[in-house]
Amino acid sequence: MGDTLLRAPTDRRYRLKKIWDRWVPFILSLGLFFAILTVVALLFTVVTTGFHRISWNLILNYPSANPYEAGMRSAILGSIFTVGLSALICIPLSIATAIYLIEYAKGRRFSEVLSYNIANLAGVPSIVFGVVGLGFLVYGLGLGRSVISGAFTLSVLILPLVTITCVEALRTVPDDLRFGAYALGATTLQVVSKIVLPRSLPMMLTGGILGISRALGEAAPILVISGLIFIREDPVSLFSKFTVMPLQLYNWISRPQAAFIELSSAGIIVLLLILLALNSAAIASRQWLMKRVI
Amino acid sequence: MRNQQADLLRSLIGRRRLDKLFSIIFFGATLVSTITLIVIFVTLSYESALFFTHVSIVEFLTGTQWTVLFADKHFGILPLLNATILTSVIAILIAAPVGIAIAVYLSEYAKEGVRAVAKPVVETLAGIPTVIYGYFALYFVTPTVLKAFWQDLQVHNALAVGIMIGVLIIPIVTSISDDAMKAVPYDLKLAAYSLGSRKIDVTFRVIVPAALSGIIAAILLAFARAMGETMIAAIAGGFRPILSFDLGESMQTMTSFIAQVATGDAPHGTIEYESLFAVGLFLLLITAVFNFIGIRVVRRWAIRY
Repeated sequence: MGDTLLRAPTDRRYRLKKIWDRWVPFILSLGLFFAILTVVALLFTVVTTGFHRISWNLILNYPSANPYEAGMRSAILGSIFTVGLSALICIPLSIATAIYLIEYAKGRRFSEVLSYNIANLAGVPSIVFGVVGLGFLVYGLGLGRSVISGAFTLSVLILPLVTITCVEALRTVPDDLRFGAYALGATTLQVVSKIVLPRSLPMMLTGGILGISRALGEAAPILVISGLIFIREDPVSLFSKFTVMPLQLYNWISRPQAAFIELSSAGIIVLLLILLALNSAAIASRQWLMKRVI
Repeated sequence: MRNQQADLLRSLIGRRRLDKLFSIIFFGATLVSTITLIVIFVTLSYESALFFTHVSIVEFLTGTQWTVLFADKHFGILPLLNATILTSVIAILIAAPVGIAIAVYLSEYAKEGVRAVAKPVVETLAGIPTVIYGYFALYFVTPTVLKAFWQDLQVHNALAVGIMIGVLIIPIVTSISDDAMKAVPYDLKLAAYSLGSRKIDVTFRVIVPAALSGIIAAILLAFARAMGETMIAAIAGGFRPILSFDLGESMQTMTSFIAQVATGDAPHGTIEYESLFAVGLFLLLITAVFNFIGIRVVRRWAIRY
């Protein structure tokens, strides 16, 4: 026994393990390099191909068969309409669901089933939401291929994501605060509105913005619902035909002419900048609100 | 005095009523997700039932030709299923090693500063709209990277689609495996170190095996996400519904078939329109199996520690 212990340091396996032990972190961090490299290569390709094509035309003009005049005005407005509306539907709904799950139905079997349903909803492929939207909203309820159909579809698509963030936000509020308020005779509603919500709202807001950025990037469900990609008019009402930015990009990407590829790269830069601005706004507003509350 | 008491009582009753009212409103909101699941299932089943009055289920599940958009129509889903599985397997072959490596590195090796920077970067991968990945696959990965190794690669090919989907799902693998490894009790780690283990043994013989169920769940959930990815397949994979195992060829997945029919003209009530729902239902059922197992495993393991 003592013999093996003494021999161990010179053992080949032991030395090999020592080498492995030193190199494993580097091997593992290769995965990280792969991820970073991909992001960098992607941004580099997009910017070098499309940067010189960014202009006001891109934002102010309607789509056109001429790549040098084409813009994505109708797509930008369509995105604002659809995603804005879906946020208005989804965010209050998510907050209400989270409040019920955490504050009212604490630990009951019902809340377990419910969070299970939310997890399952999160796993439904986004294009399936589009197909169901087409069958149920567009033709079933007769809403047509309209902004409102798109907004409803997107709002249930991002519902799980936003709800889960809201639930996590509520969980960060310490129970002591709740018990203190209950001990003073507050109703659950008072605890929620005066104690819990003010403290968890910043994080919920972040969740909402995360959901909005997800919805802004979704092309598949809108592709099925909107169908038409070439739209040369602004959406004016809930029942207008519409297109969204990722869909307009899809249209340009699918065209083989070099001018359209450059145009799509420029469009991608605009979309990425909008997403970047949204995420920065989320972080900034969160910090600002945190300071005010605490 | 009496008056004050009555006022207090009234305001108390009022508060209770308001509380009750809001609890009902919040309860109503919780039902939306369940109703949505029901609507999804009923709509797909109803329209698919219409589809299966024209096409036999046996032909749908075993046919090797998918020619819905041609004059001579065949409805065998195998070519689409084959392409979906091929691209998803490539994706998982990339995402599983890379994603797990990142998770192990971040949770066991990285310093706090590296972690704070690296985590958001990895999560950025999931935040990039998938249209942009499609663009990247078609105009960078295929012509610049893959063509260097494989000359007779087609412009649209399954390999680039799989690789790109793989990159897209790395964050799913990473974040769930990371959570699983974080949930392993610290005692286990300390016990292993106190027995004189090296870090490599602690990591790969204690932490990773203890978190294995979570890691497998991560892979299952990522696989389901890979099968449902649409825009990358539609942009970089092309629209040829063929039953082939040649990764350099253009082939159509279930999702890109839906995208193709949606872009084209499939009037309400035609067989093309109904086929959307049959394919959608089939896709949902397959992904649901993986999600179901994945979610179950995640929950079991969450209870264990």
